Amino acid sequence: MGLLSSSVSIARYRVDGKIEENVMEIIHAGLKQNAITTIEDEYAEVTMGWTPFESNFNPDFEKFTFTFGDFFLFSFRIDKKSVPSKIIQKHVSIEIEKKLKEEGRQFISKNEKKEIRESITDKLMSQMPSTPNIYDVLWNHESQKVLFFSTQKAANEELETLFSKSFKLRLIRLFPFTIVESSDSFSDEERDMVLNLVPANVNRGKVVAGDSNE
Amino acid sequence: MRVILMNDISVSYNKYKFLGNEFLTWLWYLIENDINIKKIAESEFQKAGIDCGSIVFEIGNCIALENSLGDDSVEKISIKGDDPGLEEGKTALKKGAVVTDMNLILRVDEDEWKFNIKGESMEITSLKIPVSGKVEGDEDIEGAVLEKVFLYNKVFEVVDTLFHFFIKKRVSKEWKTVDINGIKEWVEL
Repeated sequence: MGLLSSSVSIARYRVDGKIEENVMEIIHAGLKQNAITTIEDEYAEVTMGWTPFESNFNPDFEKFTFTFGDFFLFSFRIDKKSVPSKIIQKHVSIEIEKKLKEEGRQFISKNEKKEIRESITDKLMSQMPSTPNIYDVLWNHESQKVLFFSTQKAANEELETLFSKSFKLRLIRLFPFTIVESSDSFSDEERDMVLNLVPANVNRGKVVAGDSNE
Repeated sequence: MRVILMNDISVSYNKYKFLGNEFLTWLWYLIENDINIKKIAESEFQKAGIDCGSIVFEIGNCIALENSLGDDSVEKISIKGDDPGLEEGKTALKKGAVVTDMNLILRVDEDEWKFNIKGESMEITSLKIPVSGKVEGDEDIEGAVLEKVFLYNKVFEVVDTLFHFFIKKRVSKEWKTVDINGIKEWVEL
């Protein structure tokens, strides 16, 4: 689901730190150096990298922009190969039958089966095209906020890693605790009080609240 | 703003996820009792620069609650439907449950947003924003992006502002003397 889709899911981040000088050059370089490769590695299960928002299948950051108004906008592409287990199972069975017949044997050892399975998996994996998944990344450099258009755990973890590698900046996921910690709306005293809060229960009409702020 | 260490992040996520769940439970209480959200958090909305005539939330087509039973087991209640009967949810609240997810409709003046929000992460999913301009050619893309971004940010601004307001309330003395009693009375009804 991309930024322009009719329905989106969004994870939010605060960028820990800020690029102070040559912002455009540094971000451009980070995107270029970590752009997804155009040459598919036939043995790689997963390939990932940045690609321009307007050109998901031609990762050319010289030709396509990453600035939209005051924002930086680009896409994170994860290409993944997977072979359905039933297809592997079918080919392994065929291969075992073939081997037994050719060698006039009745039995194949566990290790041999394992080797056959590995070799079949590698072969099928190399033949299988990868499936691209594209997630948009919107970065407000001024407010140090990033919107990532996916809430999938694996995609978010990969984003955090690649962002840090590309721009030498850490992404901090925004959830209740980090929203409080990152906001200027709270005084230090209020933040300390939040740290001491414990769940309040409206339990069978009785209020159970043992905050250590008392 | 304080320095947050990476290993603190997952610990803090789990330790304070109840704040998001309590926020959604409180929001349900505001909605059910027709409490004017714009009015009660007026100064917070003003500080956040949210200038509008009205802000109205409505429960959408689902709400999920969770009740920790104390022995590591959890009771989960999920109510779905276009006009969900929420009595079961209130019964669960009586037993000590909190809202963990809900589908909300937000109306700011004439505009409407629909989305699911998860308490523990404050993630917003299946977000539908007010109708924006169509992209008919490459020259429309930048305008469409900026319009959509404005509309996405609006929902976060409103939710964050209300969450800040809730947190300030939650650490105040009035929470235990006024607010929690109001919630208790509503749950008991």
